[in-house]
Parts: sequence; C-alpha cells; structure tokens
Amino acid sequence: MSKVPADLEYTKTHEWVRALADGTFEIGITNHAQHSLGDLVFVEVPEAGRTVKAGEPCAVVESVKAASDVYAPIAGEVAAGNPRLVSEPETVNADPYGAGWLMRLRPAPGAAAAALLSPADYQKLLHAEGD
Amino acid sequence: MGRKTPLFELHRELGARIVDFSGWDMPVQYSSQIGEHHAVRRAAGVFDVSHMCVIDLKGARVRPLLQRLLANDVGKLLSAGKALYGCLLNEAGGIIDDLIVYFLSDSWFRAVVNAGTRDKDLVWIRRHAHEFGVEVLERTDLAMLAVQGPEARAKTAKLLSAAGADTALALERFSGREIDALFVARTGYTGEDGFEVMLPASEATRVWRELNSLGVASCGLGARDTLRLEAGMNLYGNDMDESTHPFESGLAWTVAMEPRGRPFIGREALAAIRSQGSPRKLVGLLLEDRGVLRGHQKVLIPGDGAGEITSGTFSPTLERSIAFARVPAAAADKVQVDIRGKLLNARVVQPPFVRLGKALVQLQ
Repeated sequence: MSKVPADLEYTKTHEWVRALADGTFEIGITNHAQHSLGDLVFVEVPEAGRTVKAGEPCAVVESVKAASDVYAPIAGEVAAGNPRLVSEPETVNADPYGAGWLMRLRPAPGAAAAALLSPADYQKLLHAEGD
Repeated sequence: MGRKTPLFELHRELGARIVDFSGWDMPVQYSSQIGEHHAVRRAAGVFDVSHMCVIDLKGARVRPLLQRLLANDVGKLLSAGKALYGCLLNEAGGIIDDLIVYFLSDSWFRAVVNAGTRDKDLVWIRRHAHEFGVEVLERTDLAMLAVQGPEARAKTAKLLSAAGADTALALERFSGREIDALFVARTGYTGEDGFEVMLPASEATRVWRELNSLGVASCGLGARDTLRLEAGMNLYGNDMDESTHPFESGLAWTVAMEPRGRPFIGREALAAIRSQGSPRKLVGLLLEDRGVLRGHQKVLIPGDGAGEITSGTFSPTLERSIAFARVPAAAADKVQVDIRGKLLNARVVQPPFVRLGKALVQLQ
C-alpha cells in the first residue's frame, strides 16, 4: 500500500534514486522503508567528496528500535549529505521522497544504473514482501 | 506462529505491528513508538502484559518456601497485599529470573514472572514447592494489563464501582488487592504511577476498549522498553541472566543478607562474592556525542579495561541516547563506546534517568 512515485527509480534494498538536472542523483529511502523502521532518531549521512561503490553501505538510519544501513544505488562521489537530518532525523519519516533525502551522488564515469528497479517492479517487490 | 494473548485479535484490529517476543506474538507499536512513550510520561497508556506468567502459590508453608527461593526476603511483607521485587538465584548466585511476589494471605502468595522464563521457572519452583507442600497454580485463565502514566490510576478507577474506585485509589505503592473481581496492583515497569490489572481473559478486550474510550493510549512493547530503561529497570535476558549475579547487575538492593539465618538458594555464593568485592558493576550511560547506544556495543574505559552495553536505546524524554553497561568495578566517570568503529564519548550516570515524568540526570 506504500506510495511509490512514478518519477523515481528504486533498489531491492528500498532506496530511491532521482536524476537531478545538474547530472547528480539524489538518494533516499522509500516510504515503505521509513514506515518499517518507525520513528527515526539518528541519521548519519556521508561527507561530500567520499567515493562510494555501488552496493556499499554509505549512510545509517536509526529508529528507536534498530540501526539500518543504506546502500549506494550507483557508484560515484558524494556531492552532498542532507545537513537537515543531523538535527531533524524525523524529516525522513515525514517526507521520505522530498525534504528527507539522504545524499546526492555524482555518478562515476560509466557507472551502471542497470540494476535499478522501475516503479512498477518496485511495487511488485513490495507485494512479494507482503506490503 | 507464536503463542497469543487473549488480546491478540484486538491488537490486529487496532493496527499494531506484531513481532515475536520470547515465543509470543506481541504488539511492538500501534502508530508511533515515541508517541506511545510520551503518552505514558504525560497522560496514560495501556500495555498488554498477558504473556507474563501469573503463578499462585498456596499452602501453609508458602512463606518459608519463598524465603528459600528468593534472594529478597518475603519476611519484609507484613500486611496483606504488599508486593516485593526480587530474584530467583541458582546455587552459584546466577539469576534464574526476576519477579514480583504479592503477599495475599498467610497461605497464598502470587508471583509474576517473565514470559521467556516461565517454563524453567515453573520447573524450578515446583521442584522446591514439593518439599514445602505448596501448590503451584499457573493462572493461564488471567489476562494482565498495565495501565501507566500520571492519569492512569484515575482513569482505571472509572471502570470500577464507586466503592471499588475508592479502594483502588487508596492502594499504597507496590501493593495490590482483589477489587470488583479484578486484581488491581499499584505496580508497573515504566517509572510512572499506575496499575497492573489481572482479570479474566474473557474480559480483557472489553476493558481495553473502555480504557481507550477514556483516552488511555494503546502502547506496545517498543515503548515499554524505552520507558523501563529510562526508569532504570533491568530487563531479564539483556541486563542479567544465569551467568551474572545481582551485585554486577545493579540489583544489590534486592538481596537481603539479613537476617543471617535465612538460608536462601545462592546465599553462600553471594557471600563469597561480596567478601571479595564484585569485579564488575552495572552502570547507566548517557551518550554525549550523537548516535544511539545499543546492546553488545563495546565500552572502553580510559586507562584499562572494557565492558559491554547490555541495553541501549534513544531516550524520547531526554532526546539523548542512554544505556546500561556492565563495566569493571573501578570504571571512571568518562568512557567511550565503539559504535561501528567510531569511539564516541559517554558519561557514567546513576539510574534512573527519568522518574515520574522528570529527567533525573544532568544533560550537560
């Protein structure tokens, strides 16, 4: 039943990816992910300049209950972490696809985004997981 | 599929997220864990604790039985209805379980033990009860609700007859009695005032709905855990177990070495530990840096030694992370905690962190 915006791409590990006009990709966690985690109380985002591989843990989101890794959907260099989440981690719960973005990545040359899921495929994944 | 309490269908209807807890399918939260936590600190909330095991002990020699089984002394219970918190120990002083026992009459005590330990507790208690000719009755016919928070007693009293309400509101802290066919006790696990109510399983859903209609929030085990940790209360299996003794678990206050003539199980082991001094202690930690303390994270003591967090969480009341940690007895006030390879600063503090809605630790 989770919201899955049609203009984004997704991963099997519940991140979303938005292509921005400047060539970077904005990344966050899906509505399903924030709902499953519950109230977020701490978010650690990567520093600008860090290089990440596709599939590498690059951020941590912690709810009252547990800590979870966030994985880089594509390889690249971190252009920015969302500074707002340092003091307002609950923004991810309130607006997971907007103000609650986690980081922006500048893709590595030739970085493959082939493994990303379309909104329809991500919706199927959620159905398969029983949401 | 785990065991289910009489309230399971209601939890589902109320939209709870269900998780396994010690083999039971229990509600961890209904809407927001932090919201449920604040409801208890500021107003009132109700928890289903029917997975805990109510055991009635009946017989002329029930008091001597409990004086043998418990490290705390039921000899302290002088008036009917009074309750006592204590530990069941093995011969080595290891903690089999922690429990509350109510003194109901000279031939009737009622114990409430943890869900995860109920089977081994029953075996242990029955083995010793036999010697004392005491009957052990598992009260699976009862449900138990914990109604907690500054408004909890007044709201619960509205479910009772006028005379029953007067009796309930006059209950002293840490005591309970039969009122209007319910067993009502002024006990809990949140650091707030409130009642724990034992009632026939068939009545539980109706009573829960009535509490909801009086403005008592449905609360899950998630909020129960953050509330008890803020209140400085141990969780069996996390903070102590059979491999740890009360002196290294923050539970020395529950061990009655006096009177000397009382031969409780584990006494000799505890006397030996006490004469040498326990090498470890359980302390409270307040994280000074940003992050969240969790169970099993390593605690580094400046100078020497290391310890481990036994329970850690984010405290919704303090808006900081807090924990219990087992550390060397000589540990200083400042420690570091290894969180994913980073060393963060934490301060040793005396629990409880929060009581009756008020922060009891200095945040600066």
